[in-house]
Amino acid sequence: MEPLLTRYVREPNAFTLDFYLRHQGYEGFRKALAMTPDEVIEAVKASGLRGRGGAGFPTGMKWQFVDKKSPNPKYIACNADESEPGTFKDHLLMERNPHLLIEGCAIGCYAIGAKIAYIYVRGEFLHVQEVLERAIAEAYARGFLGRNVLGSGFDCDVYVHRGAGAYEAGEETALLESLEGKRAQPRNKPPFPAVVGLYNCPTAVNNVETLSNVPLILLNGAEWFAGLGPEKNGGPKLYCVSGHVRRPGVYEASMKITLRELIEGHAGGVREGRTLKAVIPGGSSVPCLLPDQLDTQASFDGIQKAGSLLGSAGIVVLDDTTCMVWLAENLLHFYRHESCGKCTPCREGTDWLHKILRRIEGGGGQLRDLDLLSSISGNVAGKTLCAFGDAAVTPVLTTLKHFRHEYEAHIREGRCTLPAPWRATRALEGVH
Amino acid sequence: MSFHPKMAYDATFQKSARPLEDEGPAFVYTPANRARFDEIVRRYPPDRRRSAVLPALYLAQQQQGYITANAIRHVAGLVGITRAEVEDVVSFYTMFYTKPVGTFVLQVCRTLSCALNGAERVTEELSAKIGIPPGQTDPSGTFTLLEVECLGACDRAPVVMVNDAWHENVKPGDAARLVDDLRSRGEAALSGCHHVIEQKR
Repeated sequence: MEPLLTRYVREPNAFTLDFYLRHQGYEGFRKALAMTPDEVIEAVKASGLRGRGGAGFPTGMKWQFVDKKSPNPKYIACNADESEPGTFKDHLLMERNPHLLIEGCAIGCYAIGAKIAYIYVRGEFLHVQEVLERAIAEAYARGFLGRNVLGSGFDCDVYVHRGAGAYEAGEETALLESLEGKRAQPRNKPPFPAVVGLYNCPTAVNNVETLSNVPLILLNGAEWFAGLGPEKNGGPKLYCVSGHVRRPGVYEASMKITLRELIEGHAGGVREGRTLKAVIPGGSSVPCLLPDQLDTQASFDGIQKAGSLLGSAGIVVLDDTTCMVWLAENLLHFYRHESCGKCTPCREGTDWLHKILRRIEGGGGQLRDLDLLSSISGNVAGKTLCAFGDAAVTPVLTTLKHFRHEYEAHIREGRCTLPAPWRATRALEGVH
Repeated sequence: MSFHPKMAYDATFQKSARPLEDEGPAFVYTPANRARFDEIVRRYPPDRRRSAVLPALYLAQQQQGYITANAIRHVAGLVGITRAEVEDVVSFYTMFYTKPVGTFVLQVCRTLSCALNGAERVTEELSAKIGIPPGQTDPSGTFTLLEVECLGACDRAPVVMVNDAWHENVKPGDAARLVDDLRSRGEAALSGCHHVIEQKR
C-alpha cells in the first residue's frame, strides 16, 4: 500500500501550510462543512475507523455517544501524550504533518458540535509543540480556524496544551484531569467522557493518528477507507518497529500485513548472527508473541486471535541476547515509576513486583517468589480504575508464562544467566 | 510492615516523600512572562483558569530554573487556586524541579527500546565522565544526570534529552564526547530531532 499518512514526511517543508494545500490539504474539511454533522459521523462510522491509541474502539461510535443535547459546550481532546514504551508514530505525524492533525481536529469539532479542540502534547515533545503552534497560527491566518471558518458560520479553535511528564496522562480521563490543571489521575467510569468529560462537558478523546485519518475518509470516502484493510480493520496503520532490528522506524501499511513482513521486510530483521527471541507487538503493555507466531496478521483482530493486542502498534523486537527477567524488571521499573498512585493495588503492587524482580535478576531470588509474582499480579489486574493495572502486570505474566525456565535458572544459579554486552556493567541505582 | 520478610519498606518506598519546597527569593513573573501567561490563560474558559497551572509553572521554571515555594505562591494567586493545590501538581509531574539543577540536565531514556540499544551503558559512561551518579548535579553546577522513562523516540535509541532538546542515537562510546561538546558549544552540540535537523540545513 502506498503510504497515505506519511506520504510526504520525508519531503522538505512538508509541515508548512503551503505544501499541505498543494496536496489536497483541508479539502476533507471543506467537504465536511458541506455536509451535516450527523452525515460526517455516519461517514466515519461507515469507514470502520478504529481508535489508534490502543483500545481500537470505533471512532464514529465514540463521536455518536457525545451528548449533543447537553446545554454545555462540547470539546475534542486530542491525546498526543504518546508515552507507551515502543511507540513513536504520533511524534512523526505531528512533527512532519501537523496540518493533517489540525484538519482532523477541525472536522471532529464540526461533527460533534464542539468549538474548541485541545491537543494534549507530552511535555518532553517541546519541539513538536513548536511545530504545532506554528501550523495552528498558519491555519488561523488563512481562515481554516477561528471565527466563521471558510464562510461556513462554524467557529473552531485549536489549542496546544503541554503536559509535564506523566505516562498516566495518556489515559483518557487522566488526560482530562491534567487538562483541568490537576494531577493526571483517572476518574471512575462511567460516566464516560462522551457524557461527562472536560469541565464536566461532553468530550471526545481521540488519539493523534485517529484524528489524522479523518480527513482521508472525508476526502476519499468511507468505502475506500474500509477497503484498505481487512474487514473491520480499515484504513492505513502506522507501525513503530524498534529494539533489536536493523532498520527501526515508523512504517505505514494496510493491516493486511503480517508481523513477519514488518519485522523482516521493512525493519530488516534482527542483526547479523542473531536470532529472534520474542516480539512485543503493541507497546510494553501487551503480552509477547513467539517467533512461530510471526505470520500473524498485524491487525487489531489478527493479533488478538494470536493471544496479544495491537495496542499502540509499538512493535519491540527482542533477539536472543535478551534476558527476559531483566526485561520484566526494566518494564516494571517503568510501571512502578509511572503508577499515578490513586489505586492501592497498582501503587503498591507495581512496587512489590519491581522489588521481587530486581531481587531475582540480582541472583537473590527464591522459587517461591515466582508464585508470589503471580499472586500479586492477580491482585492488581482488573482491580484498578483504569487499564494501567492490567498493563503493568502483563510483562510479568507473559515472561513467566513463556520463559519460566529463565526465572528458574536465575534462582538456581544465583545470578543473571543471560548478561548482554549492551547492558550495564555494574548495578546502577538511579534516583527518581 | 511487610508481608514478605525480604521486602522492607525502606527509604525509597515512599515515592511521594520529598523535601519541602525551598522558599527561595521573592518571586513575580517578569513583564514578558506575565504577558505570556495572560495570553495562555485566554485559551481556557474564564472560570477554568486552573487549566493554566502547567503552563504557568513552566514559565516560573524557565524564569528561575526551578520551582520554589514563592513561585508556587505566585502561580496560585494567578490561577486562583490554593498553594497546596499547586504543590499537589508540582509534586506529581516529573518535569518540574524543586531543587536547583545544572546548566545542562542530561536525561537518559532508560526504558526498554533504549535499554536494548545500550542506554544503561550510556548512563554509565556519562556518570563516569561527569563524576556523579544518576540523580545528582556536579559540584560546579554544570551537569545534572537523570534517568527518565520512555521519551517516545525508540527508533532513534538510545535518546538523551538535554534540557528541552534531544540528542539521538547516542552510542556509549560517544557519551563522554557529548559532555565535552556541551561544555564547549552548549546546546548547539545536540543532534536534535529530525525536524530540527531539517531546519538547520
